[in-house]
Amino acid sequence: MSQRMKVSSNPHIRSKATTNGIMLAVVVALMPATGFGIYNFGMRALAVILVTVASTVLTEFLFGLYKRKTTVSDLSAVVTGLLLALNLPVTIPLWMAALGGVFAILVVKMLFGGLGQNFMNPALAARCFLLISFPTAMTAFACDAYTGATPLAALKAGEQVNVLNMITGHTGGTIGETSVIALVAGACFLLAMGVIDLRIPGSYIVTFLLFTGIFGGRGFDPAYLSAQLAGGGLMLGAFFMATDYVTRPITVRGQYVFGIFLGLMTGIFRIFGPGAEGVSYAIILGNLLVPLIERVTKPTAFGYERGGKRA
Amino acid sequence: MNKAGERLYNGLVKENPTFVLMLGMCPTLAVTTSAMNGLGMGLTTMVVLSLSNLFISLLRRVIPDRVRIPAFIVVIASFVTVVQLLLEAYLPALNKSLGVYIPLIVVNCIILGRAESYAYSNPPIPSLFDGIGMGLGFSFALTCIGAFRELLGAGKLFGAALMPEGFEPIRIFGQAPGAFFVLAMLVAVQNAVRNRRKKAGKPYEKIGSGCSEDCMNCSDQGCTRRFYDAGAAEKKPVRQPGSTAQGKAPRPVQKQAESGIQRKAPRPVQKQAESGIQGKAPKPVQKPDRAVNGKKERLAQKQTEFEYIDLDKEEK
Repeated sequence: MSQRMKVSSNPHIRSKATTNGIMLAVVVALMPATGFGIYNFGMRALAVILVTVASTVLTEFLFGLYKRKTTVSDLSAVVTGLLLALNLPVTIPLWMAALGGVFAILVVKMLFGGLGQNFMNPALAARCFLLISFPTAMTAFACDAYTGATPLAALKAGEQVNVLNMITGHTGGTIGETSVIALVAGACFLLAMGVIDLRIPGSYIVTFLLFTGIFGGRGFDPAYLSAQLAGGGLMLGAFFMATDYVTRPITVRGQYVFGIFLGLMTGIFRIFGPGAEGVSYAIILGNLLVPLIERVTKPTAFGYERGGKRA
Repeated sequence: MNKAGERLYNGLVKENPTFVLMLGMCPTLAVTTSAMNGLGMGLTTMVVLSLSNLFISLLRRVIPDRVRIPAFIVVIASFVTVVQLLLEAYLPALNKSLGVYIPLIVVNCIILGRAESYAYSNPPIPSLFDGIGMGLGFSFALTCIGAFRELLGAGKLFGAALMPEGFEPIRIFGQAPGAFFVLAMLVAVQNAVRNRRKKAGKPYEKIGSGCSEDCMNCSDQGCTRRFYDAGAAEKKPVRQPGSTAQGKAPRPVQKQAESGIQRKAPRPVQKQAESGIQGKAPKPVQKPDRAVNGKKERLAQKQTEFEYIDLDKEEK
């Protein structure tokens, strides 16, 4: 008996994972999409990315000076800046990109207590802040090769879109959202590293597909559904933003609920809303519901009945 | 007229209705899209507030306790109607831009709050100045919020373009979320200044004849009634716990309790007496050795914790 019982104090589960390592993995996973964005939109995309990342890191650094506790080295500011840049159109004035970075770090993250305390994905909150503040600059998707509406807007208007171009990424949109191939490659890397799992992205995408199939008005037409999947920020959002450790539910059942909620909201925003896009608003709305979701999906501890009573 | 000055200071700084008491949030957030709107709303409220305070104070011996709230509302509503008709006649543009928020002044909780907590139990002149002070504080806060929102959201200030050519207005500040951002930032700045003054030993609360805490964080129910009782307010001393340790003259709190000016002793004294730190004496007795025993007592008496922490700071 005594050999089978090992007495030790907690923690009982140890892991080599560090914040730093996870953030680095996310940055690496975003590299294909970043590279493709620069290739697709030219050097101006690189400038937008650099400015945004610099502004997030600098804001984090300056706030760290003020609080006398530096947190720049955990790389989370880099991830936030990179994600925000990938969510911006290439033509955005650089000072707006910088302002978005400051808003993401200062208002959404640091004022609520820093990494782990933010109630909302900082990059997405900053994107929505910019979208409300500068609607014209944030939706000007014109660049050399492709002018006019994004494929999603064209789709909503009832036009035909080239699905193949949408999957490779040769189309209009924000810097990082266009290429499905590059995004999925990055997501596979994260899945292989064990940084994310398929619970949220899987339930998100499946729910979204079912919803658009039923309410989209074109039935389960494969061309329409794949265009909806490949268009806009769905892939970027599902794999890189909805899975953010801080702003997703920690309970397993809660993560499925979260994914289903995001799928429903994205479908509602895209089909019934005034705009063609809906991923960012769906995710930040979902972020706000996370505490409630966690409360109702709290697993029952061993030795307890459902509802917290001792068995 | 010292009293009047004290009331003005109280309304503008110490108990600023927007930044400290957090009252009247609906107009604060809704109409402050520009500095002019904020100022207009603030001054309109100020007129109603000071007049209603004056008249409620004059009528305070006539209004029965039970129906005082409906009575206040009637007085306030009358003045709002007067002011609205005047605005319609002489400032139609402002009236239009403030819209439904003018009639809504009737249910503004600053006005009802001041009537209930001050005007109903104080003489007319201080009540009038209380209204003016609170109104000025409200106007000041709304103008500040409006100025920031107008500057960032439209690039203008009082309608004059101020920002450089290339500035693209940050439109979110013209909309509802911007109001929350600006209000939160201004409150944060205000709290930072307040905390810094407290640390430096010059808190706002010590100026004038206030009670020791700001009303937002005060846990004492019914404090206002005791505190604002006619005549008592002026003589209510500022709590100076440090003086006991140094063995100075008896504390002003004691004096007051002895002379029986107030039916009840003010809150801090009462608490101390109840908790029995000072030997269950009904009046706090001066103990020269309290500085030595302070720590032990603090551990023993958790309820009065914050008071003793205050005390330590004072001694330094």
